[in-house]
Amino acid sequence: MKSFSLLSRGTGIVFLAPAGLLIGAFVIAPFFWVIYVSFTNRSLLGRTALAPDFVGLANYFSLFDAATFFTRGEFGSSLILTIQFVLLSAVVGQAALGMLLAWMLQSVPKSLKHVTETVAIGAWILPEVVIAFAWFAFLDYENGTLNMIMEALGFPPGDWLLSFPFWAIVVFNTWRGTAFSMMLFNSAFSSIPPSYFQAADVAGASSWQKFRDIGLPLVRGHVVTDLILITMWSFNVFTPFLLTSGGPSYRTEILPIYTYRIAFRDFDFGKGAAVGVVVMLINLVFALFYLWVMRRRAKGVAA
Amino acid sequence: MTRYLGLYFTRIGFSAATALIGVFFALPLVWFIFAPFNPRAELGLSVPEPFSLTNFEAVFQNGFAMRGLWNSLVQSVGGVILVGAGATLASYALSRSPIPGKSVITYILLLFSSVVSGSAAMVPIFLIINGVGLIDTQIAVILVFAGGLLPTAMFILRDFIDSIPKSYEESAMVAGASPVQAFFDVALPVIRPGIVVVVVWAFVSIWGSFLIPFILLRSSEKMPASVAIYSFYSEAGTPIVTLLAAYSLLYSLPVVILYLFVSWKFGFRFFGGIKA
Repeated sequence: MKSFSLLSRGTGIVFLAPAGLLIGAFVIAPFFWVIYVSFTNRSLLGRTALAPDFVGLANYFSLFDAATFFTRGEFGSSLILTIQFVLLSAVVGQAALGMLLAWMLQSVPKSLKHVTETVAIGAWILPEVVIAFAWFAFLDYENGTLNMIMEALGFPPGDWLLSFPFWAIVVFNTWRGTAFSMMLFNSAFSSIPPSYFQAADVAGASSWQKFRDIGLPLVRGHVVTDLILITMWSFNVFTPFLLTSGGPSYRTEILPIYTYRIAFRDFDFGKGAAVGVVVMLINLVFALFYLWVMRRRAKGVAA
Repeated sequence: MTRYLGLYFTRIGFSAATALIGVFFALPLVWFIFAPFNPRAELGLSVPEPFSLTNFEAVFQNGFAMRGLWNSLVQSVGGVILVGAGATLASYALSRSPIPGKSVITYILLLFSSVVSGSAAMVPIFLIINGVGLIDTQIAVILVFAGGLLPTAMFILRDFIDSIPKSYEESAMVAGASPVQAFFDVALPVIRPGIVVVVVWAFVSIWGSFLIPFILLRSSEKMPASVAIYSFYSEAGTPIVTLLAAYSLLYSLPVVILYLFVSWKFGFRFFGGIKA
């Protein structure tokens, strides 16, 4: 029997066309275009802007050149910096702090819970340029709020963006993104039947025991989801550029900022595209893993 | 007895720790509460006396600043219209028409959109826009955002439409409506809450973003607020703090209002789902 559908195939295609065209032009075409450009010496100006030469893997060789790989300001150094940035600010920072907050929020007074959630979410939803400017003021050497507090507590003030630029963007990204993990884990914890915890209370379990034996195992699936998403976001985030511009001397130049400098300051589009391809490959690994986890869950295999 | 004492102390300890973390989140924003209202604002924290609106007057009189906000609005609304309309039509088609492989399409598009991030694709996006002669136009910004946000928007909306029973439209068609009429008069009103979510999400994403307009626009009169804000630096490179603070607050207002709207209407879970 032929199944009845509400839209004919023709109407369906017409309905799909506008979105299809836009996605084709600005998502799928760039995907292939960047691969193509990475094999050329395309530049912004000059002869190679109009008629770029095919250079094979030259751009990739220059990225992975062993002689300069670890030099500061080169690809390898930026890649390592990015991995450290993601591990520290996303996995340790956002996920762990978000988990800790979500767990504690289950048993603090309502008003405190509400206020804490509001400021964390504020950090997350405000536009990135505004946040960057607020942090610029916060970390200012002469008058910044942080140094004001340091002095009040009897510590010497620090020129944070110059002396500890990498830690500044790590803390910045943690601060900026924790709200997502917090909300995700918060709703995961609240969906656990309260009777589980009441039974543990009667047995005299400590909060840590309840977390280890009830809370954490039951939200395991959410932890995986959270880790993949925040890792991908932090890996691609451009916001630290607004705080440090990648400096001083490339010490905060994570891959998105490195790509920007190679492509739009040095106008070496070929090499910039090669970095883009490497970034896309890493994104692809995360995205495929994520889809695999989601499909497994949809089929009801994993909790 | 000791057991309840233990719970009690846990609660106190957790409250103290939560308050401390709350302070960590609040501190960088405290300055931002006072500075816009302080005509002598500097990067240091100080309570204005008296509170004054002169900084805002300066912003309102600054044509360039106001044009930035206007451009942000044009680009966000333009993008939102394309994303809202495109995603509604496309996800409806994916849900209700017999197109082969339609369940795979959504996943493949989602995969592409998460792999082709702004940082990976800035070179080809610039080259494509440059190639079609749209560099330094607002329409370029609108189109690029629409393309980038559509896959996720379709994913959200498709989930939403799939959960609506087909019998709604079927009964309309039994009563003689055409499929297109059934879509506009029956399905669309039911899908509306889902569209609102997508529209708000897309608006906030475009309104707040920096990288794409920063790359695609050249002339200052087309810059959205996120890029225009960087002109509030003196020639020596020091920020004009009073202007910047007031402008930042104005620029943040729509995001805050929309956030409050969504959390009032739906609870903020929706907001938590996806980010560009």
